Amino acid sequence: MNKVTFPHMGESFRAFKMLLNDMGNEVILPPRPTLNTINLGVQYAPEFACFPLKILMGTYLEAIQKGANILVTTGGVGPCRAGLYAELHKKILHDLGHPIEMIVFEPPRLYPLNFIRNVYKLNHAKLSIKAIIERIKKGWRKLQALDNAEKLTHIIRPRELKKGTTTQKYKQVLEWIDDANTFNDIIEAETVALEELHKIPQEPDRLVVKVGIVGEIYVLLEPTANLEIEETLGNLGVEVERSMFLTGWARDNTWKETVEGMTVKDAALPYLPELIGGHGRDSIGNTVLYAKRKFDGIIQLAPFTCIPEIVARTILPAVSKDYDIPVLTFFLDEQTGKAGMNTRLEAFVDLMKRKKLKNNTKPQYGHPPGHLFN
Amino acid sequence: MLRIGIPSAFFYYVHYPMWKTFFEELDIQVVTSGKTTRQIVDNGVREALADACVPVKVYFGHVINLYNKVDYLFIPRIVCLNKKTVYCPKFLGLPDMIRYGIANMPPVIDVRIDARSRKDSLFAAFHKVGKMLGKTPLQINKAILKAKIYQRKFQKLLSSGFQPIEAIDNIFAGRVPQPPAQLKQLKFAVVGYPYIIHDQYISVDIINTLRKMGISVITSDNISNLILRLQPRAAAKHLFWTFSERTLRATSHFARRKDIDGIIHMSAFGCGPDSIVDRYIQLDNYSSKIPFLRLVIDELSGVAGVSTRLEAFVDMVKRKKRGMP
Repeated sequence: MNKVTFPHMGESFRAFKMLLNDMGNEVILPPRPTLNTINLGVQYAPEFACFPLKILMGTYLEAIQKGANILVTTGGVGPCRAGLYAELHKKILHDLGHPIEMIVFEPPRLYPLNFIRNVYKLNHAKLSIKAIIERIKKGWRKLQALDNAEKLTHIIRPRELKKGTTTQKYKQVLEWIDDANTFNDIIEAETVALEELHKIPQEPDRLVVKVGIVGEIYVLLEPTANLEIEETLGNLGVEVERSMFLTGWARDNTWKETVEGMTVKDAALPYLPELIGGHGRDSIGNTVLYAKRKFDGIIQLAPFTCIPEIVARTILPAVSKDYDIPVLTFFLDEQTGKAGMNTRLEAFVDLMKRKKLKNNTKPQYGHPPGHLFN
Repeated sequence: MLRIGIPSAFFYYVHYPMWKTFFEELDIQVVTSGKTTRQIVDNGVREALADACVPVKVYFGHVINLYNKVDYLFIPRIVCLNKKTVYCPKFLGLPDMIRYGIANMPPVIDVRIDARSRKDSLFAAFHKVGKMLGKTPLQINKAILKAKIYQRKFQKLLSSGFQPIEAIDNIFAGRVPQPPAQLKQLKFAVVGYPYIIHDQYISVDIINTLRKMGISVITSDNISNLILRLQPRAAAKHLFWTFSERTLRATSHFARRKDIDGIIHMSAFGCGPDSIVDRYIQLDNYSSKIPFLRLVIDELSGVAGVSTRLEAFVDMVKRKKRGMP
């Protein structure tokens, strides 16, 4: 019997699980990455491979222990090395003696045959083409529902009255969305979930700073990789907007909200006219867009040795200066400690709050705004 | 006379003769930053991002070295030259990194070279640069012709066994180094990116160190493009990056050759593409019969440390060779 697994990326596994189940596969859920996963990955992955490769390596090994023998993942055409990771993972896993099959989805627009062949391989329920398209649409809707719920927690968490209520409620509503299996159920679950999240008691006039998070997609989407930075920031009273979701929801919104109707590509053009792979150009473009939307600060997240983000990081100080917006960068790997990160985040948030208060209060009073913290 | 600065790093080891001839033919003085020194590396380490790889830091150092000495910096954005593979993302963003990464630098001549589209081809790039400098198409075409001749001469010297620095000296300084002797007892192949293995400072001058030990050295740059392209290789996805693909193919070529006694792969600390190249070499067993050494260097590499490892490797190879009937 074929047992299918796939990379763990935030909460997206709920939608993929449903899609693969619908197509008649037995799904081995990828375990949520833990310290053990990372250690396992580091042991077998190349030393200078980026953090996502190491975590995925660990995830695959754990899923294989649970019995998975087919791995479904994505490919790519470069110049980011993530496009070669499927190949490298396969080589390493085969070398370790795991006879797994790897189903790699290349960009369907460039390789339509590969896409059709892969779908055919996974189609155990012998669904018709129409039914498959229907299922994919449903899976996409679920992803959107999950993203919408997560997006709302980013707004509510910094304003909650009792710390931890949002996180708790979020975990609960995720299960509701998870249980919904038809198109209408998903929409209903989403509506109820959003309503429930809105009901969390909030303090409306708290000083909340807005931070945009940019960077490489895997470390943005997987909380284990970024040490739950969004939750940490929320608890520090920061409203977070992440530049990337699997459904690209946030990005569509961003275009409309800027006065010029700029795209990320347009925004990055004066600084970096070339697509350098990964999300280097998006990091710059999104920083510009967030600055134009009057955010208080930007946090860039990148895996250690990620070249596109290194290029972006080299250029970002110029953007930061031109738009007068603070930027903080974290290069993440298995050595990153949560305490160290929290300290830097606290200092960064303090700076942003001070700056915001200074701009808000009238200068003639001249009192130090320090007492307004807490 | 207008002065144009070409930093002696990265593409210097691959395209320098061509660009130098081109500019000089247009009556422009070409200034290079010379050999890498401690000072250059220190400057680079200070200005470049800590997480960048050593070659990027070295490049920053070379650019800083040209400060005040030139009117323009020539930093082309080389995306793709063979219509198949692109260059590492750091090359794609190189002009922008320099422009925004270092303050008060001379203006950068930045031209996009991508052989996959006609308007960005190498030929078009020559013309764009020439036009920027106010030259007529006739002058430019003449310069291109001469540049190509020099580049071919350079390739020919490389194929006959000279290393890039020797070949550049040979062409422009008229210095004729001893043609590499072929009578030595051992022959090693050094594979890796030209801007690492030929930079005498960061590679701790590996090529001459080996030669002093009585070993003749051949590098991936001595192998012609045609031979590399014809290399049979495992039916895996090709690497995206030109230099990495070259390194991989050169390794597989050397591993098949009978006259190579050892292969050394030199790579920089934190090099992204090399994390994959190295594992490919290891898992596909390219050097199954030949001793293989992986050397990782960074801005702190000391001569003593690298020499010790090289000596140990050489001793091992010698012992292996003696032991065989």
